[in-house]
Amino acid sequence: MVISDSSSRILAGLLEARTGQQLTLNRRWRLETALNHLLRERGIASIDELITILVMGKEPSLAGRVVEALLNNETYFFRDRSPFDTLARSALPELAKRRASTKRLRIWSAGCSTGQEAYSLAMLFAEEPLKWQGWTVDILGTDVSDAVVQRARSGTYTQFEVQRGLGIAQMIKWFEEAPGGWRAVEGLRKPVRFQVHNLLEPPPHPGGFDIVLCRNVLLYLDTETRERAFERLASAMTPDGWLMLGAGETVIGQTKKLIADKENRGLYVLDGSAGSAERRVA
Amino acid sequence: MKTCLIVDDSKVIRKVARHILEALEFSVEEASDGKEALDHCETSMPDVVLLDWNMPVMSGMEFLKLLRQRGHSDQPKVVFCTTENDMAHIRAALEAGADEYVMKPFDRETLHIKLQLVGVA
Repeated sequence: MVISDSSSRILAGLLEARTGQQLTLNRRWRLETALNHLLRERGIASIDELITILVMGKEPSLAGRVVEALLNNETYFFRDRSPFDTLARSALPELAKRRASTKRLRIWSAGCSTGQEAYSLAMLFAEEPLKWQGWTVDILGTDVSDAVVQRARSGTYTQFEVQRGLGIAQMIKWFEEAPGGWRAVEGLRKPVRFQVHNLLEPPPHPGGFDIVLCRNVLLYLDTETRERAFERLASAMTPDGWLMLGAGETVIGQTKKLIADKENRGLYVLDGSAGSAERRVA
Repeated sequence: MKTCLIVDDSKVIRKVARHILEALEFSVEEASDGKEALDHCETSMPDVVLLDWNMPVMSGMEFLKLLRQRGHSDQPKVVFCTTENDMAHIRAALEAGADEYVMKPFDRETLHIKLQLVGVA
């Protein structure tokens, strides 16, 4: 199926208007694959016909479905592993000391897709029940797509999804067989909640997150939009909080709000924060 | 270079697994049933065995039990790779001495992580 330039441009404009994301060249080639299921479901013969329906405004709900189909929802449990080791080894023990008086932690998984990152975080706590006994841990997963947020809320994964990133002992400990696949056990679901949210809007309530993860999301934004997103993320963090980005992503040259935490590779702190000042002296 | 013995009666699965494993820089050997795999292990012990469950002559579970009974309790690492995808089979495999378990279908990323988890990749 040949997709005309004008159709590509209209889809790119729709995606950018709804999410701020760019339809980069490496995503344009997969337009047909991404939209194929939707076209079949709606009985639409081609992408050009789809564009006609969108432009004519015949089916208002269709634009949302198109945007959902165009988003890259690739994720899996403990993606890239080492960032989670860094959290378990450095950030969480440090937060356990700093928040000992309140025993409360807030973590935000921004751009959480189908929720594997949020449940991976929940596993870090669940694996050490004595250490976190009496703590209130609030893990919030957000995504711009309503469809993936609903899936994340269900905590149910296909057999293909559930084993991606999890060791088998971990999988049978934290997931149980359920209709449609494997469902996270109640203890794992309890600290985790999900909501639809656009990164470019004010941070989700109540803010004050000790750790914010935004991995493999900002790379789809243009420079100016990415800077705005960094400002939103920074404003959601506690003064001594951490931001974690995806492998290959950085704050350098992207924002003045955040700097690399030299002690913890892959983590970023607010520039001028108590934490960053201490690290500079050290 | 680490060695992997693929034990599966399906030529197609062996071919796909070989393709993935060679890309992960494994030296790959093949067997089409548990008996053949056991004979192979007697002469040359691989670092890891990728093991199907249902096979003619000798099943994956029979192979695993015999292998572990012969004193090979820790080596080689055994990763079941099967369509038996329920909790009962998974528990039985782990009790018999399997180190990891991959449910078919799987992709390269899944297998790579499983091999990392058992310490051979």
